[in-house]
Amino acid sequence: MPHSPLLKVESLAFERDDNCLLENVNLSLNSGEIVQIEGANGSGKTTLLRLLTSALEPSAGKILYNGSQIADCRYQYLSDMLYIGHQPAVKLTLTAEENLRWMVNSSAKTNQLSIAQALAEVGLAGYSDIPCYTLSAGQHRRVALARLLISEAALWYLDEPFTAIDKQGVSFLEARLQEHLNRGGAVVLSSHQDLGLNNLRKYSLSAPTGQTQ
Amino acid sequence: MANSINSGFHAWLKRDLLLAYRRRGEAASPLVFFVMVSTLIPLGLTPESARLAEVAAGMIWVMALLATLLSVDGLFASDYQDGSLEQLLITPQLLPMPLLGKITAHWLTTGLPLTLVSPLLGLMLSLPASGYLPMICSLALGTACLSLTGAVGAALTVSLRKGGLLLSLLVMPLYMPVIIFGTATVTYAIDGLNWLPPLAILGALFAASVALCPLAAAGGLRITSAN
Amino acid sequence: MSWQWFHRLGSPRWFYHNSARWLAWLCPIAAAVVLGGLVWGLAIAPEDAKQGNSFRIIYLHVPASFLALAGYYIMAIAGAVGLIWKMKLSYMVMKSAAPIGAALTFIALFSGAIWGKPTWGTYWVWDARITSMLILLFLYLGVMALQYAYHSIDAASKAGAILGLVGTVNIPIIYKSVDWWFTLHQPATIKFTSAPSMHPDMFQPLLVMIVGFYLFYAVALILHTRSEILRRERKTSWVRELLNEKNQDVADKKVGKS
Repeated sequence: MPHSPLLKVESLAFERDDNCLLENVNLSLNSGEIVQIEGANGSGKTTLLRLLTSALEPSAGKILYNGSQIADCRYQYLSDMLYIGHQPAVKLTLTAEENLRWMVNSSAKTNQLSIAQALAEVGLAGYSDIPCYTLSAGQHRRVALARLLISEAALWYLDEPFTAIDKQGVSFLEARLQEHLNRGGAVVLSSHQDLGLNNLRKYSLSAPTGQTQ
Repeated sequence: MANSINSGFHAWLKRDLLLAYRRRGEAASPLVFFVMVSTLIPLGLTPESARLAEVAAGMIWVMALLATLLSVDGLFASDYQDGSLEQLLITPQLLPMPLLGKITAHWLTTGLPLTLVSPLLGLMLSLPASGYLPMICSLALGTACLSLTGAVGAALTVSLRKGGLLLSLLVMPLYMPVIIFGTATVTYAIDGLNWLPPLAILGALFAASVALCPLAAAGGLRITSAN
Repeated sequence: MSWQWFHRLGSPRWFYHNSARWLAWLCPIAAAVVLGGLVWGLAIAPEDAKQGNSFRIIYLHVPASFLALAGYYIMAIAGAVGLIWKMKLSYMVMKSAAPIGAALTFIALFSGAIWGKPTWGTYWVWDARITSMLILLFLYLGVMALQYAYHSIDAASKAGAILGLVGTVNIPIIYKSVDWWFTLHQPATIKFTSAPSMHPDMFQPLLVMIVGFYLFYAVALILHTRSEILRRERKTSWVRELLNEKNQDVADKKVGKS
């Protein structure tokens, strides 16, 4: 019996100030699948991800979560989603441990992994209790990525997650993504990297079509 | 860890209190402003007790209003800059509740200290004895209204550069009823009249602000996020 | 998807073409009413017993105040319609209404000051109505400044609409508070036109002027909205055709064709 895909995007469009930023976007995502959004700068990758998180409202089209529009199942959808944007949302005056604790507490679905263990896995073991303004941008990213370890949300939306991390970090993240997919999760991410993951589909966004009419 | 609507409020309240504590110096600047400016008044007007007593109630209120106005700009500024605002907009809880938590934290770190320090200023400006209790009550309610209304202005201007100046312009007219009834509470008491009616109106303004301002601020933040 | 865009784009264009026809009869009527009211009020109505001829400024001051307040509500309603139904035209009306209302508020304040000098001996007095007018001016300036500060037109319109609504809720509160505040401190000597006891000979031209100002406001709003439409829709084909026609006419005239 066919079941509705985890995430389905139908004819999504977004315009702002009479500029068409996205047009006729169609996507379908099941458990265990990953979509990599590609496109030149300015082609709307961040906009698409923000539309998926419901931070932006589409001008046309629908986003369906398990068959229902996300406006109708807002709480379930947002609880089942994790979004890491361009900025890692790390408060500089808090320690890495406090930041991660906050991120975990504001997530609905988390596993039993402890904060200390998560920080150790991303290589921030000794840094957990000093304020984040002493850490580098790459280390801020790692705090955000530690969140992935504790999250049980099914849908991961990641905007350029490979920025500011080194080669070791890249393989670490790829491994975590594969684990998540194996557990039945799904990922939509934007990146220029070539990823060696199973069930990966690429979705290309072309440059904006220009003014309406 | 629950995800009912309430936990949005407490979680963000505690977080913002912790953040304010980490930046104690910055958080205390409205209070310092409040106290320092009070020395300008006798310098600008007169050191005579009698004349100061006439204007004390109004001047303290004006300074409290200005101090709050200066501080309300920072309500969403740092969250906007480090991406926490993005996360706030996609939390499963309904947005007005976390916002109310943030605004409450703002009041606890700005309005409440101002209220508690106001008797000291009353002393320095020769506020008549009957004015102290009404001053504290009216400032407590009034600064809460100011924080709530200021949050709406802050939400509408958070993504603008030099938004602070525009914020003052936007929010000033909305502050005027608060200062009218706040000062009236104190002057009624000083004149020997019943000061509870104007305080009650201030309470009504507070109730309306608590109900409506988080909604307006939530709407304003969603617009800013699209910018 | 393209239907939605068409629907939205059709709206400003429809307004632009139809408003030209409305203005054709609205302008003369507005001009006639305003001029008629001015002549009646300034020349024909009898002198006031106490104030002599200086009271005649109310024929400018009172209609301006009416429209200043009504204009804010019109602006706020336009913003609300834009927010609810996502109509671009509504946002354009809102943006156009703000400077007109602000100007009328300023006229009300200015004419009030001119009236004040011969009547109470001073240009400015903090009475309830003038103070409320001043606060209304600040509210207008706030909405204008907020829209101007945003680069994105969508964000500017929505932010302005929200601020307009916030102001709308606050205006009765502000007016009542200021009124109360003023009666608290009212100096015994100054009493203001509670105006109901105005002689009909003076009151009727006032009514005519009020109606005339409403008509004038409508004309000003339509004209300003039309130019706002042209500015915002300048990249669409119908506007380009329109401007090309105009350019062609101008070019033809320069070359000497009819």
